[in-house]
Amino acid sequence: MTIELILDGKRTALEILPGQNLLQALRGASRFSVKLGCETGDCGSCTVLLDGEPVNSCVVAAARAAGRSVTTLEGLLGDPLMQRLQRELVDKGAVQCGYCSPGMLISLYALLKQDEAPTDRDVREALSGNLCRCTGYVKPVEAALAVAATLGGAS
Amino acid sequence: MNKVVGTNVTKIDAVKLARGEPVFTDDHRPPGMLYAKVLRSPHAHARILEVDATAALAVDGVVDVIWHRDTRPILHTRAGQSYPEPSPYDTVMMPEKARFIGDRVAVVAAETLIAAERALDLIEVKYEVLEAVTDMDEALRRTDLLIHETPDPRGISQAGRSNLAAHIDKQVGDVDAALKTCDLVVERTYFLPKVQASHIEPHVSMAWVDEDDRLIVRTSTQIPFHLRRMLARILEIPEARIRVIKPRVGGGFGDKQELVVEDLVSFLALRLRRPVRLEFTRHEELVAARLRHSQRIVMTTGVMKDGTIVANRMHVTADTGAYGSHALTVQGNTGQKVLPMYPAKNIHFIVDCAYTNNPISGAFRGYGAPQGCFALECHIDEVARELGMDRLELRKKNHIRLGDTDPLSAKLGEGKEGLVRVVHSTSLEECIVRGCEAIGWGDKRPPTQPYFKRGLGMALAMQGSGIAGVDWGGATVKLNDDGSVNLTVGATDIGQGSDTVLAQLCAEELGIPYDKVLILSSDTDFTPFDVGAYASSTTYVSGGAVVKAARRLREQLAGLLGTKWECDPGDLVFSEGSVTEPRGRSMTMQDVALFALYEAKIQPMATESHMSNESPPPFAAQFADVEVDTETGQVFVRKFVSAVDCGTVVHPRLAEGQVEGAVAQGLGYALWEEVLVDRAGKVLNPHFLDYKIATALDMPELVTFLVETSEPSGPYGAKAAGEVPIDGPAPAIVNAICDAVGVRCYRIPATPERVWRAMKEQESS
Repeated sequence: MTIELILDGKRTALEILPGQNLLQALRGASRFSVKLGCETGDCGSCTVLLDGEPVNSCVVAAARAAGRSVTTLEGLLGDPLMQRLQRELVDKGAVQCGYCSPGMLISLYALLKQDEAPTDRDVREALSGNLCRCTGYVKPVEAALAVAATLGGAS
Repeated sequence: MNKVVGTNVTKIDAVKLARGEPVFTDDHRPPGMLYAKVLRSPHAHARILEVDATAALAVDGVVDVIWHRDTRPILHTRAGQSYPEPSPYDTVMMPEKARFIGDRVAVVAAETLIAAERALDLIEVKYEVLEAVTDMDEALRRTDLLIHETPDPRGISQAGRSNLAAHIDKQVGDVDAALKTCDLVVERTYFLPKVQASHIEPHVSMAWVDEDDRLIVRTSTQIPFHLRRMLARILEIPEARIRVIKPRVGGGFGDKQELVVEDLVSFLALRLRRPVRLEFTRHEELVAARLRHSQRIVMTTGVMKDGTIVANRMHVTADTGAYGSHALTVQGNTGQKVLPMYPAKNIHFIVDCAYTNNPISGAFRGYGAPQGCFALECHIDEVARELGMDRLELRKKNHIRLGDTDPLSAKLGEGKEGLVRVVHSTSLEECIVRGCEAIGWGDKRPPTQPYFKRGLGMALAMQGSGIAGVDWGGATVKLNDDGSVNLTVGATDIGQGSDTVLAQLCAEELGIPYDKVLILSSDTDFTPFDVGAYASSTTYVSGGAVVKAARRLREQLAGLLGTKWECDPGDLVFSEGSVTEPRGRSMTMQDVALFALYEAKIQPMATESHMSNESPPPFAAQFADVEVDTETGQVFVRKFVSAVDCGTVVHPRLAEGQVEGAVAQGLGYALWEEVLVDRAGKVLNPHFLDYKIATALDMPELVTFLVETSEPSGPYGAKAAGEVPIDGPAPAIVNAICDAVGVRCYRIPATPERVWRAMKEQESS
């Protein structure tokens, strides 16, 4: 069956299967930045923005996305804030295997859209739903704070 | 001179990864791809008598169901090790007898994942349920209940007679005699849990048959070349018909040093002549991938009043679960990589590793050393306490030093006799000084709450750099028109950044910018051989091959230019993308390439192999500052310091990243992580919800020092960094808990309940 939604800013007809979750439907639509890590809503690798809010797309039924706005990393590649986050993650060495990076980027993007001067604790809370087994989170947090420091609200 | 080595160049794959580009195994969807799913045994021990797939095959979209009747029972090991593997050949693709809850019973291939999942529910299986044994001591006692009954061709310690999968008994000196001469003998028992690597990308593979009738396997693996050899054996086809491609890998940590799903997709692809893909669920990762072996370790140590350690015995009893992949070698490492830290004259190391009907254990970062290091480093604190000596002083008095010989090395190698190991580089002393300073050793900070207690703990660790005399890799360097080079290596980047580090070494050796190196790794058709990413070997071993190949390419170019310029090729300097001769004439690498390709008409190109008869130990001194809530037993790590000697640091940020990630995993090992298996052999917490790994909020302040040395046998002086920092966190944290509240947790993880109970027991005694 087909649902209509705003996918990465464009009105899109998305082919979905009965019982399919949004994660699988998005990967089926070549949004490969949306990663499968657990399919139980615990690891955050499949984080996307649903009407602007970060959600684990594995625990959202694909059918529930009908009529709503879904944004994946692919849809934000031209966004200046996302580009700065990507640049800092790369420069700070926060990308090891990189499997969790897209989910982390979406969570950090959502944080910085709301709060331009987050504390270390705020960043960690925003990332607490994104499991990373490689980095110990030191460099991802460092990168996020570095981006925040360049934003208007930073002190 | 050092312009590339030692700098934080941009990690070679970081940009595409941060863009979410489709670079992982599952990001590729060949047309007509089928989805496979595995039906797993609900019984810990049962014969699979009959599988009826009639109803499953009737589901729309289901293409095939296979079980053991459809396959040939070719014995093999799934451990990814050099041939002949030191792991027992105790495994077949589809077993006639399930040996743990989760063992393979049948495999479905369907047009969609949903159809494959529906089919699993409809397969009817007739089992003959057998008595299961899940306690390792009982398994070792029982000779009437054998998990592997048939005497197999090779590898099981007592095949067909008992459940002993592996046994080691090695001694230097005479521990029993020496213990009688000691002023004090301390004996304690330590218990280590089963834990899981928990790479975020699950095991995933796909295979198809190409237009030349060759089997292409695209897979998330640490061992592409071993895999090709293993698949050839299992599928009974020649290696030449198989090509293994490793795309980007979303973490491995040892759990992908194993054939876990590749045989099934390959078998189905050959049978159905269609692409087949199989991806583990997180549940399957925790039930049917591999676990770090649970162990019980008895330490017996004899010391003199002045603190001299005279004798040390480590007796390990371990549970390998249903199959023995890595059973001998992981347990061997528990002593081999750990006991040499205090090179006493008398050392005795014993291992009994049991088959049980539990989930399978295997390789996980540290490969036995985290278990051994926990026991030894907790034990050193216990010995110091009994002796009335400062725990830091006891360590300083006894730890291994520059020029010392590792006393166990000759007796114990990779499942056989080893090679003598002498320490030619170490900054352990300075690591201790730097670490003590950073943690504030001897200067305990006050607790932050009146009902908290605060303590400091430390641990020393050593590991290896590859397996001496076994691990090797090849590298090819080829010069292109524009002065760039293609570097092809068998070495396997699994996210740790080896492609970057190897490109740095190549650029350094050729005197060209890092971005002129185009690396292709781990494609069995196009790259030289490499054993793969394990045993902390890539920078040290594969890096050695890269440096050799680049040096030979340089020599070829020097020969050409020496003739052209009529000068001694040895006088040419390769630096900053140019070649310069003593009188000042110079050519850019691009011009050199154009000269070679279009005038001399030669393809400058070199392939080299590298193997080391040494495995120089990297060292770490690690320190924890913890607070314990005396009302609940909860432990808060406030700060964790790691000072690590990994030789020359090729890429500081990547090396720090190795340490920081290892500490996060070690923290989980110390405090939260345990795969809980009940008496029936069932995993009770097969999800991230209840098998908890560290989140960003769980991490303390991490301080990491890389205290450089120059290892004579390593490329540009480099040693390994990947595993050594995972060894110390658990003992350092548990030693700190003991410092804070005066009770020791002999069993990890040190959960609030365990800490609280230990405190209550002490109060009541």
